[in-house]
Amino acid sequence: MTTEQPTVGIDANSLRKVVRVKVPPAVAWRIFTEKMGTWWPLATHKIGKAKAVDAVIEPHVGGRWYERGDDGSTCDWGRVLVWEPHSRLVLSWEISADWHHDPDLKTEVEVRFIAEGRDGTRVELEHRHLDRYGARRDEMRGIFDSEGGWSGLLESFAGAAAA
Amino acid sequence: MAAYAERVLDALGDATRRRVFERLRRGARSVGEIAEGVDVSRPAVSQHLKVLKGARLVVDRSEGTRRLYAVDPKGLDALRSWLDGFWEKALTAFKEAAEREAAEERKPARRKP
Repeated sequence: MTTEQPTVGIDANSLRKVVRVKVPPAVAWRIFTEKMGTWWPLATHKIGKAKAVDAVIEPHVGGRWYERGDDGSTCDWGRVLVWEPHSRLVLSWEISADWHHDPDLKTEVEVRFIAEGRDGTRVELEHRHLDRYGARRDEMRGIFDSEGGWSGLLESFAGAAAA
Repeated sequence: MAAYAERVLDALGDATRRRVFERLRRGARSVGEIAEGVDVSRPAVSQHLKVLKGARLVVDRSEGTRRLYAVDPKGLDALRSWLDGFWEKALTAFKEAAEREAAEERKPARRKP
C-alpha cells in the first residue's frame, strides 16, 4: 500500500490518510487541484447521469467543486472553504452516503501539502464530521447496494484489509 | 461483500426495524418506550432490537431494573471503512499521476521524427 495511517489524532468522526509523493509541493498541489480529472476515479465515483469526463475545483474560496459530464452538464460535489496554494486546501463534501449531492450534508475534506526531503511532499488528507452521516444511516444501504464500482471498491478494501 | 456489511443491510432492510432504530436517535430508551412510538408489540420490538444488536447498530445497558437501548456510536465504522477504501484508491491514483507528470517535465523536449 502506498498510503499509511498517521500516528496522531485518532478521532472516530474523522478519517485520515497520508500519501508520500516524489514531487515538490507546488507540483503536488497543481496535480491535485488543476488536474483532478486525470486521477480521480471518474468511472465509478461520480453522481451525474452523464459519463463524467472531468473533476474541477474552482481556484478560490467559495469556488465550486464539481464533475463535468460528456454532455456538458455539471454536478456539484461541494465548495472551496480554504484555498492556500501549495499548502492547504479545505473542501466541503456535500455527498450523501448513497452518492447524491446534498447541500445540507456538509462534511469536510482538508488536504495539506508538506514539503519532505528533497523534492518530496507528504500529502495529508482528513475527511471529517463523519458523524453527520449518522442521522442518515439508512442511506448506508446505498453504499453497499450500488452497482459495479462501489461493490468492487468495498471488496478491494476488504481484500487489502485482510492481506 | 463483507459479512458485517451484509448484517447491517439485513438489519436496516426492514421498515419496522428502521423505525425502531429511528426511535433511538434522540437517546436511550426502554423496550416499552420504543413500542409506544412504533405501534408494535413489545415482544416484536425486542426481536427487532436483537437483530439491530447483532448488526452492531445498537447497544444495551442496565439502569436499575430497566434495560435501555441506544445507538452504537461505533456503527459509523462501516461508513469509515468505505470512505477509507475510497480515499486509498483516489490518493494512490493521485500519487501516480503527480509522479508521472513530474517525470514528463524532467524529460528534455524531444522532437518528433
